Amino acid sequence: MTTTWEMVIGLEVHAQLKTKSKIFSGASTAYGAMPNTQACEVDLAMPGVLPVLNREALVMATKFGLAIGAKVAEHSVFARKNYFYPDLPKGYQISQFDLPIVGVGELEIMLGEDHSKIIGITRAHLEEDAGKSLHEDFHGMTGVDLNRAGTPLLEIVSEPDMRSAKEAVAYAKKIHSLVRYLEICDGNMQEGSLRFDANISLRPLGQEKLGTRAEIKNLNSFRFLERAIEYERGRQQDILEAGGTVVQETRLYDVNRQETRSMRSKEEANDYRYFPDPDLLPVVIDSAFIAAVKTTLPELPDEKHQRFISQYGLSSYDASVLTAEQKLAGFYEVVVKTVGSSPKLCANWVMGEFSAALNKQVLELVDSPVSAEALGGLLLRIEDKTISGKIAKQVFEIMWQEKNSADVIIEQQGLKQITDEGAIEGIIDEILINNPTQLTQYREGKDKLFGFFVGQVMKATKGKANPGQVNQLLKQKLQG
Amino acid sequence: MIFQYSLAQLSNMLSEGQISSIELTQYYLDRIDTLDKDLNSFISVNAAGALLQAKAADEQRAAGNASLLTGVPLAHKDIFCTEGIKTSCGSKMLDNFIAPYDATVVKKLKAAGMVTLGKTNMDEFAMGSSNETSFYGAVRNPWAKDSVPGGSSGGSASAVAARLAPCATGTDTGGSIRQPAALCGITGLKPTYGRVSRYGMIAFASSLDQGGPMTRSAEDAALMLEAMSGFDERDSTSIDRPVDSYAKTLNDDVKGLKIGIPKEFFAEGLDPDVGSCVQAAIDEYQKMGATIVEVSLPNAMLAMPAYYVVAPAECSSNLSRYDGVRFGYRCESPVNLEDLYKRSRSEGFGAEVKRRIMIGTYVLSAGYYDAYYLKAQKLRQLISQDFSRVLEKVDVIMSPTTPTTAFSLGSKTDDPVSMYLSDIYTIGVNLAGLPGISLPAGFAQGKPVGLQIIGDYFREGLLLNMAHKYQQVTDWHQQVPEEFTQ
Repeated sequence: MTTTWEMVIGLEVHAQLKTKSKIFSGASTAYGAMPNTQACEVDLAMPGVLPVLNREALVMATKFGLAIGAKVAEHSVFARKNYFYPDLPKGYQISQFDLPIVGVGELEIMLGEDHSKIIGITRAHLEEDAGKSLHEDFHGMTGVDLNRAGTPLLEIVSEPDMRSAKEAVAYAKKIHSLVRYLEICDGNMQEGSLRFDANISLRPLGQEKLGTRAEIKNLNSFRFLERAIEYERGRQQDILEAGGTVVQETRLYDVNRQETRSMRSKEEANDYRYFPDPDLLPVVIDSAFIAAVKTTLPELPDEKHQRFISQYGLSSYDASVLTAEQKLAGFYEVVVKTVGSSPKLCANWVMGEFSAALNKQVLELVDSPVSAEALGGLLLRIEDKTISGKIAKQVFEIMWQEKNSADVIIEQQGLKQITDEGAIEGIIDEILINNPTQLTQYREGKDKLFGFFVGQVMKATKGKANPGQVNQLLKQKLQG
Repeated sequence: MIFQYSLAQLSNMLSEGQISSIELTQYYLDRIDTLDKDLNSFISVNAAGALLQAKAADEQRAAGNASLLTGVPLAHKDIFCTEGIKTSCGSKMLDNFIAPYDATVVKKLKAAGMVTLGKTNMDEFAMGSSNETSFYGAVRNPWAKDSVPGGSSGGSASAVAARLAPCATGTDTGGSIRQPAALCGITGLKPTYGRVSRYGMIAFASSLDQGGPMTRSAEDAALMLEAMSGFDERDSTSIDRPVDSYAKTLNDDVKGLKIGIPKEFFAEGLDPDVGSCVQAAIDEYQKMGATIVEVSLPNAMLAMPAYYVVAPAECSSNLSRYDGVRFGYRCESPVNLEDLYKRSRSEGFGAEVKRRIMIGTYVLSAGYYDAYYLKAQKLRQLISQDFSRVLEKVDVIMSPTTPTTAFSLGSKTDDPVSMYLSDIYTIGVNLAGLPGISLPAGFAQGKPVGLQIIGDYFREGLLLNMAHKYQQVTDWHQQVPEEFTQ
C-alpha cells in the first residue's frame, strides 16, 4: 500500500524596513552604495560604541502588528544572538527572543475564486541585518561589505499552516502586498528586501504528529520559493519511501541546479546564547502610541478587496488581482471614476491589455506611458460606442507609443465607428453584388459563409463599422 | 607646590595669569617623565597633543571665554576612546588601535577645556583588581612600590596619588574606581548607573560599567563629575535628568544625617587595622552631628557570586567583536577563518580575560542559562532591594572600601577567588546601580585605607558633600608619598 504524504510548511519572512537610517545607528540604509561607505562606527562595532533604537522601525513593526490583527507588545526586549561570522561585526546580532514586539496574528490567503485559507502568524520581531561576505574578486580571500549591517528587519514567523507550494507562494505574496501597502518595506526581492526561509516536513496524511523538518534558507523570489519547496517535497518523499529518516538541518537552494543542499545539521547548529541586550532598555510603548500609529494605517488589502466586490460588483478573483498592489488598485479606481460606469469593463482592461503592456516592457506602474485618466478616456469611447472594443485595442497601442489621448488618435486616424445605418447598408449591398457565388452558396444553406461577409464588411470599413449593426443588417440582406 | 593644588586653585592660577596652561601641562609632563618610570601608571603619554591643547586653552583664556577647567590637565583611563591617541584597554588585542572618535566623557572634558596628558594603565579590559592583568605590565602603588595599586583603574589611581596628574578618569564595574582609590589614598566616585555616558567607553559588563572621577579630593571630584556627567542620546542607558551643581552643596551641614553601618561589612575577612581606621572616620561624622545606626544587608554576600555570573556573561558577548577581522590584533598568516578567530583571540587576550569569556559563555549556554544567568539576575534584584530598604531609613551607608590595604604584587595572581574578594564591599553597589565614593581615611601598615560611602540613586551631591566635610577636618587626602614630593 502506498502512503499519501502531506506536506507541512511554515515560512519565516525577513522584510527589510524602509527606514532612512539603520535600526541602531544614524548611517543611511540606501541600497547599492560603494562597499563600506554606509557603515559608521556603530555598524563597524568599534570598541565602545552603543546602539540606539530607531523609533521609525518601532512604528513600522507596530503598523504590521495592527494590520495582521496581532497584539503589539507594550513591553518587548532586544536580545543578543551570539555567533561568530565575519559579516556580523559585533559577534552578535541584536534581535528579539522571548519578548517580541508583535504577537499572534493571522492572514487570509486567496487560493482561487471564493476559496481562501487563514494562515496563522506566530510572531514578528525586530532585528538588525548582517553585512555581506563577498567571495569573488579577492583571490581566495573574502571581502566584507558592512553597508547592509544594521539595516532593520522585521522577521515574520508563520504557523506551519501551509500544505502546498501554492499556498506558501500565496502567503508570501500576501505578505509582500501587505508590507507594500503599509509602506514599511519596498518589497524589492532582487535587492533582498524580502527574503523567505521555508520549514518543510512531510507526514502521512491523517497523522497529527509533524515529521522532521528541513529549513531552506534565503529564498529571494516567489519562483525559487515554489521550486525549492517542490524539490524538497520530492527529496523528503524519496527518503521516507526508501524507509529512511529526514535529518533536521538547514539547507540552501541552489538556483542553478534547482536543488537544495545541506548547509548544517542540528548537531552543528550554533548555541546562540541569547540574553537581553544590556545596552538597550526594554521597549515600552503605551496605548496612545499604538492608537497614533493606527490612525496612519491605509485601507488594507482585505478591506479593499471586500469593497471592490461590493462597490464595483467584481468577482472575488478580479478584486484580489486588482488589490494585490495598492498602486494598481488606485489606478483602477481612477479609471472607473473617469469612465463613470462599467467597472467590469475597466477591470478587464486594467488586468488585460494594460497589465500585459506593462509586463511586456517590464515597466512599473508609475512608468506607464498611459495614465489612468487616459485609459479611462479610451474606455469612455467604447462606452459611448464611438469605437468598438477591437478598434479600442488599436487606439490603445497607439496611445502607448505616442502618449496621445484616445480622442486625438480616433480623430487623427479616422477611427470613429460607422453607425449610420444607410452607409452600412450601402456597403453591404456592394459586397453582395461583388460576391455572387458566395451569396448563392449561403442561400443554399452554407451558413458558415456568414463570417466571410462580416469580414468583407469590416475590411471595407477598416473595422470601423459597428459590429452589432453589421450583424443585424447583414442577416436581413442575406435572407434577401 | 603646584602638585598639591586643587582644581579650583589651578583654575584660579590660570585665570589670574600666574601660570599658563602650557607651563602647567609641561610641569605635569615632566613629572610623568621623571616619576612614572617605576610606577608604570601611563600606557601612552600625549606630550605633543597635550601641549597643543594647552596652547588652545591659553588662547581661549586670553580671549576671555574660558570655563572653570579650561587649561587644567588630566589623564584618561585607557578604556576611554580618544581620537588620534592609542586606546588599548590594557590589552595586546588593541595595542594597535587608534579610535577615530572621542568617547562622550572625553568629548565633554575636552569641551570643558581640559588637557589630555595621556592614557593610564589598567587591567586588561578592566578585568582585575590589581592592575596585574595589563598587557603593559603591572602598576606599582606609590605608597608601597612592592604592592599593587588596585584595579582595574590602577594607573589612574597611582598617577593621581603620585600627583602625576591633577585628576583622572576611571571606570567602575565592580569597584574599579573605588578599590584602587582606596588602595592609593585618593578620592574616587562611581556615579549612579546612567549618570555618565558609556559611549566610547570600552564595554566590559554593560549593565554595571560606569565612568567617574578619580581625584585628590571630594571638591575636585565634584568639579570633574559635573563636567563629565549628563544625558547622552548615543547611550540608551544614560538618564535624561539635569546634572546637579555638586560644588554648590559641598559645604552643606551633615548634622542630623543618618548613616547606616551594615554589620555584614564589618565581619570576618576585614583586616582589624582597616576596620579601626574606618571606625575612626565614622566617629568623626558622629562628632559632626550625624547619627549612626546599624543596618543589615542580608544578601550582601550574594553579590560576589551574582557578579561573577552577570559580568562574565556580558563580557563574553561584548568581547566577541575582537575577532581579528576589522581592527585590533590579528594572528600571523591565518590558514582559514576558524584559525583566524582562534589564534587572534588566543594570542590577543590574556589569561584573566579568557577565564571570564569562558565562564560567561558557559553560563549563557543552552541548559545553563536558567541555573546561572537568570538566577544571578534574581540575586541582583534581592541585593538591590536590600539597599533600597536600608536607604529608606538612612541617608547613606558607610563601610570600608576594601577588606585590606594594598597587597603585594604577585601575591594573589594565582588565586583568582582571593583576588575577587578584594571587591567584596564594592560589587553590590554596581549590581544595584547606586553611587558610591571612596575617600582616604588613614593608614594601616603604612598603606592607605579607604572609607566607602554609598547613597541613593542620584545622590552624588550628598556623597561629595559628606566626603568634603570629612576632608575639611582631616588631611589624609593631602598626604603624598615622600618620594613624590620633590
